[in-house]
Amino acid sequence: MTDKSQELKPVSDFIPEKAPERYIIPMEDDKHEIALSTENLQVSYGDNLSLSEGDLRFERYKITSLIGASGSGKSTFLRSLNRMNDGVANVTGHIWYRGLDINSKDIDVYEMRRHIGMVFQRPNPFAKSIYDNITFPLTRRGKYTKAQLDEIVETTLKQAALWDQVKDELNKSALSLSGGQAQRLVIARALALKPDILLLDEPSSALDPISSAKFEDTLLELKKNYTIIIVTHNMQQAARISDYTAFMHQGKVIEYDLTRKIFTRPKVQLTNDYISGNFG
Amino acid sequence: MKAKTTDKIATAVIYGIAGSVALVLAAMLAFILVRGLPHLSWHFLTAQARSFEAGGGIGIQLFNSFYLLILAMLISFPIALGAAIYLNEYAKPTVWTSMVRTAIEVMSSLPSVVVGLFGFLIFVVKLKLGFSIISGAIALTFFNLPILTRSIETSLSQIPNLQREAGAALGLSRFETVIHIILPAAVPSIVTGVVISAGRVFGEAAALIFTAGQSAPSLDFGDWNPFNLASPLSPFRPAETLAVHIWKINSEGIMPDLSLVSAGASAVLIIVVLLFNFSARRLGTLLYKKLTKS
Repeated sequence: MTDKSQELKPVSDFIPEKAPERYIIPMEDDKHEIALSTENLQVSYGDNLSLSEGDLRFERYKITSLIGASGSGKSTFLRSLNRMNDGVANVTGHIWYRGLDINSKDIDVYEMRRHIGMVFQRPNPFAKSIYDNITFPLTRRGKYTKAQLDEIVETTLKQAALWDQVKDELNKSALSLSGGQAQRLVIARALALKPDILLLDEPSSALDPISSAKFEDTLLELKKNYTIIIVTHNMQQAARISDYTAFMHQGKVIEYDLTRKIFTRPKVQLTNDYISGNFG
Repeated sequence: MKAKTTDKIATAVIYGIAGSVALVLAAMLAFILVRGLPHLSWHFLTAQARSFEAGGGIGIQLFNSFYLLILAMLISFPIALGAAIYLNEYAKPTVWTSMVRTAIEVMSSLPSVVVGLFGFLIFVVKLKLGFSIISGAIALTFFNLPILTRSIETSLSQIPNLQREAGAALGLSRFETVIHIILPAAVPSIVTGVVISAGRVFGEAAALIFTAGQSAPSLDFGDWNPFNLASPLSPFRPAETLAVHIWKINSEGIMPDLSLVSAGASAVLIIVVLLFNFSARRLGTLLYKKLTKS
């Protein structure tokens, strides 16, 4: 029994006496290619400041996990990154993407979201065929030949690991897919726009363990071409797939570091408490 | 008393109440159908009404009812659709929005005879449209608009927000999302609402007595030019509908087979309304299946 209780908190030994209250990994421009960064980002609903986030930088072609208890502001933060909070909350500060502040008023939000895609907690395919789900957002903005569309549908469905299951029934309604399949279709739909960055808001929380495992494989494969920022409740998932992890608490990022450091040698006491299951 | 016994008694009472409601409806339907069905024939459905002798039909009234219904729907559906889209997709909870909603509530509770008199004063008299199909169609629009708006709004609000988020996250504007994603997904339920409200409009009499008029001049079914007054398509001719016809012959009819004509016309009216109601659900389910399958 004593062995086991020690196993549960393997990390507490590493916390030094005078631990810092916050730690954010420095990412110098010359060593890391930055895909997206925030500056003085604050989100408020009415008069309530619900998120006050300093400066975070997200490295290109990496998976960054946002973890934290319910209500810690992970989703709020993520949804601010492609302006999904517009009209819902008041977001101030800057979000830098390719030298542009995408949180400024004169940004074409619709165009920006084609660069920074998002997948939600619950799969939300349109009431259209599998094929049209993928091609519809494309054809709204550009001209494509049938052959081009066919190819995009095939590649994106392969990237999302759904092609083999649906290739013979692309005209079937997307609403007839299972939860796991629907979520992968939604990923394929997002990929079809060839975004730079994918924001994932607890994408596998509605999936069964097998679908979830497949989904994680898909993400690791996608990492080669996409920058992924993922909110997850599942700490094992964060540990398995992400390169960086940010731990959030009460609207602030408490610790942001390489995933292996967060899960083995956190620098902040609060992070240690959270990942060892002492709260949250 | 034991909980189980109470539950049994309560269940029995509730079943009884529901049953008696169904029974009243069934009795009324049976009464109307039993009296009217024997009188129905192809001749009755197509022949002209006769004022003084027996053997008249309801052909023109039946045609008028459908034509008025279609015109009223053509006018009210686009307006109701626009209003519903605004209310459900764009309106923020402001004083203005709540005023619009209150206006719709008030309009939906206006007695139809008041709508009819209003239509009479404004369209028939003031705008000099006379007793005509167009006056009737506008009056029916007033009558139909609030119900149709609310029914479409409900259909739209049943489409989960996930769909709107999906559209936004894919770089679609709100308008594109509404037109190409939300509306198509809501079509089955919108169609059901439209057909059910069509049934209501079809049976409406009070709003039409003073607007579309109480006379059914004979029509030349060979003339389809809407600008000729004798043409069935002319919107400027007076047009007594089936429901108005029933009211009219019962209050001042003098033909000898008055009660037979009345019973037959009532049966036709009820059957058409029932058809609307049943087909509404069938149509909705069918469309939904088409949307989710293949």
